[in-house]
Amino acid sequence: MRKLKRQLCAGPYIVWIIGFTVLPILMILYYAFTTPDNRFTMENILSIAEPIHFKALLLSLRLALECTVLCLLLSYPLAMILNGLKIKKQSFIVFIFVLPMWMNFMLRILAWQMLLSNNGIINSILQTFGFSGISILNTPAAVVFGMVYDFLPFMILPIYNSLVRIRTEVIEAARDLGANDIIVFFRIILPLTMSGVISGIIMVFVPALTSFVISDLLGGGKVLLIGNVIEQSFMQGMNWNLGSGLSIVLMVFVIASMAFMNSHTKETEGTAVW
Amino acid sequence: MVKKGIQRFYLIVIFLFLYLPIAVLVVLSFNNSKSRVNWGGFTFDWYISLFQSRSIMNAFYTTIFITLTSAAIATVLGTLAAIGISAMRRRGKAVMLGATNIPLLNADIVTGISLMLLFVKFTRLGMSTVLLAHITFNIPYVILNVLPKLNGLSQNTYEAALDLGATPLYAFYKIVWPDIRPGVFSGFLMAMTMSLDDFSITYFTKGAGIHTLSTMIYTELRKGIKPEMYALSTILFLIALILLLIMNYRSREDTVTERRS
Amino acid sequence: MKRKILPALAAASLIAALSGCSGGSDNSLVVLNYGKYLDPDAIEMFEEETGIKIEYEEYESPEEMYTKYKAGSIDYDLACTSDYMVQKLIEEGEVLEMNYDNIPGIKNLDQTYFEFSKAFDPENKYSMPYFFGTVGILYNTKMVDAFEVNTWDVLWDEKYSGQIIMENSVRDSFMVPLKKLGYSLNTTNEQELQEALDLLTKQKPLVYAYLVDESSDEMVAGNAAMALVYSGEAAAAKIYNEDLDYSVPDEGSNMWIDSWFIPKTCKNTENAEKFLDFLCRKDIAMKNFEYVYYATPNKEVYNALDEETQNDPTIFPPREILDNCEVLSSLDSDSVDLYNDLWKKLKSD
Repeated sequence: MRKLKRQLCAGPYIVWIIGFTVLPILMILYYAFTTPDNRFTMENILSIAEPIHFKALLLSLRLALECTVLCLLLSYPLAMILNGLKIKKQSFIVFIFVLPMWMNFMLRILAWQMLLSNNGIINSILQTFGFSGISILNTPAAVVFGMVYDFLPFMILPIYNSLVRIRTEVIEAARDLGANDIIVFFRIILPLTMSGVISGIIMVFVPALTSFVISDLLGGGKVLLIGNVIEQSFMQGMNWNLGSGLSIVLMVFVIASMAFMNSHTKETEGTAVW
Repeated sequence: MVKKGIQRFYLIVIFLFLYLPIAVLVVLSFNNSKSRVNWGGFTFDWYISLFQSRSIMNAFYTTIFITLTSAAIATVLGTLAAIGISAMRRRGKAVMLGATNIPLLNADIVTGISLMLLFVKFTRLGMSTVLLAHITFNIPYVILNVLPKLNGLSQNTYEAALDLGATPLYAFYKIVWPDIRPGVFSGFLMAMTMSLDDFSITYFTKGAGIHTLSTMIYTELRKGIKPEMYALSTILFLIALILLLIMNYRSREDTVTERRS
Repeated sequence: MKRKILPALAAASLIAALSGCSGGSDNSLVVLNYGKYLDPDAIEMFEEETGIKIEYEEYESPEEMYTKYKAGSIDYDLACTSDYMVQKLIEEGEVLEMNYDNIPGIKNLDQTYFEFSKAFDPENKYSMPYFFGTVGILYNTKMVDAFEVNTWDVLWDEKYSGQIIMENSVRDSFMVPLKKLGYSLNTTNEQELQEALDLLTKQKPLVYAYLVDESSDEMVAGNAAMALVYSGEAAAAKIYNEDLDYSVPDEGSNMWIDSWFIPKTCKNTENAEKFLDFLCRKDIAMKNFEYVYYATPNKEVYNALDEETQNDPTIFPPREILDNCEVLSSLDSDSVDLYNDLWKKLKSD
């Protein structure tokens, strides 16, 4: 009875979900399965098999994967170092990584464009020290760079949160039993932070897969991701049906990869994302 | 010692990585040239002309209004929802969490356009539609922050308090609230951040004549950002920095109690 | 404490939001224009003078404008966009006839540009020119010799590999190879377009980036040797970097005219006409010219400029160059799809 009462708290949210999440999805589905003159078609969905779209999807998957791996490799040691600092106030760490988001995202990416350009700030510094300049701007590498920059906090925070929750007694106990650093890491720390790693991977991989602004600004218009194709069909090609169809395909991909990740962990629902 | 040094170095590199673009934008706000690639000497002018520009100030107020309001409403709805979800059985929980994830999984532009399609059918676009859209994508962040804090001891303690005759509200305030407060707070913060940073969804759901800072920046992106924008962003960033530092300082005593649990 | 504040805030904001959405009073005007294409001071002046409240909307590309307009989410009263998109909307019956008698200020506009406008508005019934210009090559004189940019071929010169910036829009990018091959930039011939695509594909390895208006910034910074740009952007870039110059190759190019039109959704044509008349006024047109720095069809403004500006071929393209240019016209939906497909093919290669 009491449980039911508490469940009712979710009532307004359920109404909200139906109104503003489910209904819009239904509209997209409608567009995805119709032609401009409202006849049923599978063409919009199947067009993912067209070489251009398929290539864009593969490239998106590749870049999103690269970005996720890089974020993971950068974040894990960082989270361990941060945890080692024994800062009392955890939320302070969160703030440090959330704070950059208070500067508009497009402005920050624009700033990277300036930093990385041929005659940009980084190259000028490199050249004064006698190094040859780098020219990664307008390549897929720059897009991955921008994604890593933008999504890194989403990887660091869950890993850090799960690290903080490991009680020191557990590690001490293991050491008392004769475990060395490597064993402690692989047998205790890593398994206990797995849920953080998983939510980090999801939080990075998904937006990386669907992004289009970063590839537009740092890819110099030469990197066509599936997100760009969708954006272009809505904004340039005026083909909402195609855009909706491809969005649905992308959604299926995202959900599938989430399901895959979740099947490899026992319990993720209790994971703190931040 | 060497290990410490390497750790320090690594930290510094990551922080440079995160904050370098911000430094660039701050520097640009003092650049006495309308072009972003020319350094025209140091100036404070943009900080003055900023407050004289009606369009920028309007966009600024709109942004603040939407950010605060949508985050506040999303926090209330999201916290309630989290409490409700935590009381659900496995199946219900899974369904609710799945639905919660949808706005996070969709490409922004798809969320934006689908909401626009919906709004156009039933109402006129205006400020309220932007607000509705922002609340929609903010709620999941609140839920995901609050929910983990709810799974634990407090559930049983709460039940016990009720058995002992406490009113639900009193029991909630005394038992559940202290536990979830950090989650609610960081949920609110995340919601605010996401709302502030959003462009695509705002762009599609806003009515005529309504501008937020990000939609304004977008239309200027290609033709050259007005230097006042850099100045305003710098101010906004500083305000956030100061607020966070104050909050961090003031809630220091909470830390002890938080750690206990 | 917080628990009390949040609901209060929520209630207050809901009230504000609900009262906000009932806007759109009689004395307002919803204007849709390119980003940064009108001096904000002019809007304020208009509001003060007439008491009409302007709700100003901006967009980035004509296609985006079409999306926003077609979504029907906002009832626009007045809009400005480029030639071929005006034509498309006229053909779709979305544009109201303009009553020029109610816009006395229109006499300030040079009749020549109404002639050019006939390319997309054949009877001069629907539109009023706002700014115009050409598409050409902005180049750095320290890296490229002036004689080289007399032909589009320079954009395929391997010596400039990684130094070339192209336009990140379908029609502008295809215009170049089409003109180079001697075809019309409005062709819908699949064979001709395929040839154009082959040329663009061949060019892609040499291209530094496909950009829109940010190319002028890149050129000012010296990040590339050449960029395909609109003349107005070139004029602005030359102010910041005097090594830059602008050329329209001899094979011909695209002349564009951005024009105002009154869409069918207009609720108050009288206000729209008042605003158009206001835009034609000498002081306002001057203000906008200085703000946008594109070629204006306004004679009064032109005559008031100093000789150097008047004769600057980058800002005001000479007649013989304009005569060598074509105006883009709208394409049927199959051709639009064809162009878009070819464009995606180029990008995904």
